[in-house]
Amino acid sequence: MALTREQMAQRVARELRDGYYVNLGIGIPTLVANYVPEGMQVLLQSENGLLGMGPFPTEAELDADMINAGKQTVTALPGAAIFDSADSFAMIRGGHVDLTVLGAFEVDVQGNIASWMIPGKLVKGMGGAMDLVAGAENIIVVMTHASKDGESKLLERCSLPLTGAGCIRTVLTDLAWLEIDNGAFILRERAPGVSVEEIVAKTAGKLIVPDQVPEMQF
Amino acid sequence: MSGLDKRVGSYAEALDGLQDGMTVLAGGFGLCGIPENLIAEIRRRGVRDLTVVSNNCGVDGFGLGVLLEDRQIRKMIASYVGENALFEQQLLSGELEVELTPQGTLAEKLRAGGAGIPAFFTATGYGTPVAEGKEVREFDGRHYILERAIKGDFAIVKGWKADHYGNVIYRHTAQNFNPLAAMAGRITVVEVEEIVEPGELDPAQIHTPGIYVDRLIQGTFEKRIEKRTLRG
Repeated sequence: MALTREQMAQRVARELRDGYYVNLGIGIPTLVANYVPEGMQVLLQSENGLLGMGPFPTEAELDADMINAGKQTVTALPGAAIFDSADSFAMIRGGHVDLTVLGAFEVDVQGNIASWMIPGKLVKGMGGAMDLVAGAENIIVVMTHASKDGESKLLERCSLPLTGAGCIRTVLTDLAWLEIDNGAFILRERAPGVSVEEIVAKTAGKLIVPDQVPEMQF
Repeated sequence: MSGLDKRVGSYAEALDGLQDGMTVLAGGFGLCGIPENLIAEIRRRGVRDLTVVSNNCGVDGFGLGVLLEDRQIRKMIASYVGENALFEQQLLSGELEVELTPQGTLAEKLRAGGAGIPAFFTATGYGTPVAEGKEVREFDGRHYILERAIKGDFAIVKGWKADHYGNVIYRHTAQNFNPLAAMAGRITVVEVEEIVEPGELDPAQIHTPGIYVDRLIQGTFEKRIEKRTLRG
């Protein structure tokens, strides 16, 4: 069975470490915040200028001046810091954020990522995605392994305009956990009940399959 | 307006001198922390062919989106646009030009513009369409692209409180691009919710020191929420 959105978030959450500053993108990455292990302290960075983002507000807490990078109303935790956009991206570009989790349309064996532009469709912009992929040491891309039409999103070379070049080393799909190294994907874990053969069939880029590929446990 | 007292008497006075073809830098992120009344005044003045630098371009009928209604914006420099149908329509018809800029690069371009730095190298955008036509340099084995700073004829900024000297503090995440726009305007106009007596603001807590501010006005704000999201 392919992983659910919640299982993908749970799997990513296992990469969190106590004391991490983490930037979570829109969509499945946002759900990772729900699975921070008990007793672990992690602070969420929102690139519009908030470090220590809390949950969505109650009606009483609702405040137009307190939003996240997805423009949703949020709260700030005790101990949060608020700053301007240049400071926010100094943190990101300067490599101070410990983990960045974001979505993508495609990744390839060179660690390239395409996530913002589909030629022929209206381009809304890259927002902070290019800064995030250029600045972070530790990035996890979260996406489906193949499109709805069955086209692989793990390629030999990205077909869409890039968001960043050579910056991705870890990918979680609904089928597998993979690393990118030396011009190939390396299959590290598979979703429960998903065969290595299925993953091989749905991976267009060069894929190295180690002798042991454990199933993820949930 | 006299000496170091930056207060002006009206919104018309606040944007006196704004002309066709000028570059306007606007603070705000989405609809959060936008200079609503200064935008309304730009609309009222009817100036055209503006280049507007802002992270976003508002929504239909609010924020910078209202400047699209009479086609006052010729070029938009932003990181994420298209939350409004009118924007999309004018972009597709070629009436509106858009220069998409990564969010962190946009913030740094404004900061650099205000800080007297004409250009800077950043890894952001290397190997992407953003790098097209830009100088590439390698430092310590990594590639960087040269990005030019941005300055504006006017900066329009929304603060929370300010004193007569134009020392400004922002409220919560309504800070965002506002202090950076304030730095990079040749004429920086700030509208705030409250003008207080000098001495009331803690000098160590000032976000934008008054030296960056030319004109100051107190206004009332709708503060529309773009995505009202409550705890479930």
